[in-house]
Amino acid sequence: MNEELVLSLRHVTSGYHGGGLLRRGPYQEVLHDVSFDVRHGEILGLVGESGTGKSTLARTILGMVSPDCGEVVHFTKRPQMIFQDPYSSLNPAYTVGWILEEPLRIYGKYGAAERARRVGDMLERVGLPEECLRAKPAELSGGQRQRVSIAAALIQRPRFLIADEPVSALDVTIQSQILALLKALRQELDLSYLFISHDLNVIYQLCDRVLVMKSGRIVERGTVEEIFEHPKEPYTRQLLSAAE
Amino acid sequence: MKKTQKNGYLRVGLLLTGLMAALILLGMVWTPYDPQAMSVGPKFAPPSLRFLMGTDNFGRDIFSRVLQGAGATFVIALSTVAIGAVCGTVVGALTGYFGGAVDETLMRLNDALTAFPSILLALVVISLLGPGNKYNVILALGLVFIPSFARVTRTAFASLREVNYVKSARLMGASTARILLVHMLPNTLHVLLPALTIGFNNAVLAEASMSFLDIGVTPPDASLGYMLSEAQSLFTAAPWYAVGTGGAIVLLVFSVGLLGEGLQRRDKGVV
Repeated sequence: MNEELVLSLRHVTSGYHGGGLLRRGPYQEVLHDVSFDVRHGEILGLVGESGTGKSTLARTILGMVSPDCGEVVHFTKRPQMIFQDPYSSLNPAYTVGWILEEPLRIYGKYGAAERARRVGDMLERVGLPEECLRAKPAELSGGQRQRVSIAAALIQRPRFLIADEPVSALDVTIQSQILALLKALRQELDLSYLFISHDLNVIYQLCDRVLVMKSGRIVERGTVEEIFEHPKEPYTRQLLSAAE
Repeated sequence: MKKTQKNGYLRVGLLLTGLMAALILLGMVWTPYDPQAMSVGPKFAPPSLRFLMGTDNFGRDIFSRVLQGAGATFVIALSTVAIGAVCGTVVGALTGYFGGAVDETLMRLNDALTAFPSILLALVVISLLGPGNKYNVILALGLVFIPSFARVTRTAFASLREVNYVKSARLMGASTARILLVHMLPNTLHVLLPALTIGFNNAVLAEASMSFLDIGVTPPDASLGYMLSEAQSLFTAAPWYAVGTGGAIVLLVFSVGLLGEGLQRRDKGVV
């Protein structure tokens, strides 16, 4: 693995003020001095209990929230995201074919024939039959929907993908299929992932390196072997023993 | 989506509305008698096969006049709803999507406007524009209908703002206009369509009230509301006049109301 970076976070701190329209409430820090890099071709896991700021971190990386301090540097164009809930990530008003073609229409560089070719190619890569193109998301199973979400996220050919709990709404058997698919697509499409999960088993199956997050801070980081075989932090040990 | 119950409301509503629309369209090209012609029959003739709804004090055929009047009412109500829905949806979509201070301000203004009865507001607008013109009635009612549409669509758009497929569209680089129109609007139809039918009915009734109060359309235009006010003074001599025109209003509102109820039920999974 080379050391080329796809993403770099430096001292990112983010938070919000509570309160309402007229009065500012106390400042709540959600992320505290978060720094890490995502290297080209790696799957970086981000693990922590719910409410530790994992999703805020994802939103900050994608520019949906701007950090109060620090900087987020992207080395690739148009990073994409896969969401946890495959029910709300696909527009219910349209067919799968439309949903997959839409990112290409937005991109605006391909004609209709080229778009159709790319949609067909991506559908095959995520292992969905052609009939799916005419189906509405409501007619698909959870696993199929997540495959469609992955295809839609990848059709603009991003180099970096954030996956926020992409399998935690799925059955265990479907989970491992989707994980295998993500692993295969990394090779085929030369991708790098930031993979967010609260589930250590999933992280173990998929990731190369792991960040452990607690209360908005990264408390431990290392390769999967380091984290799972020789955890240093009590919090990491606690997470590991809870997962067994 | 469950498809268990049959949606009788939608079917009957569609059927009746279609029937009414067909009659109204027919009235625009053909009526049994010339609606304006006097003495096509005797004065105050009761309903018969020759004069389905009888005749009025000038011997005009009331059925022909109702057909034509319903056309005028239909056009006014449709244009009103079109103005209200288009402007209201634009306001609602932008405020719902962006939120913030502009949203708060506009919505409080909206609250203030909704606190007044719509007829009263329309009266104010009419007095500014000048009465007696069909287009002024349309404009006045259309303006008055904007807030209710803005409210309904604002809620729908605000609820979709943070939905994942909208976030995805932003990440893909879709423009705000594209997100609002292509990605969000189709998913607000379940609230917009019933609102359209309710708005249409309110417009029919508002126009009828306005014409009844003599601030709506004036001759030679004749809407159902105008005819109803005419019928009132002739009630003892020709009760069928009021029954005919009133019945037409009721039937129109009832059909579209059923359609609206059916649309709402369809949204809950009844087909």
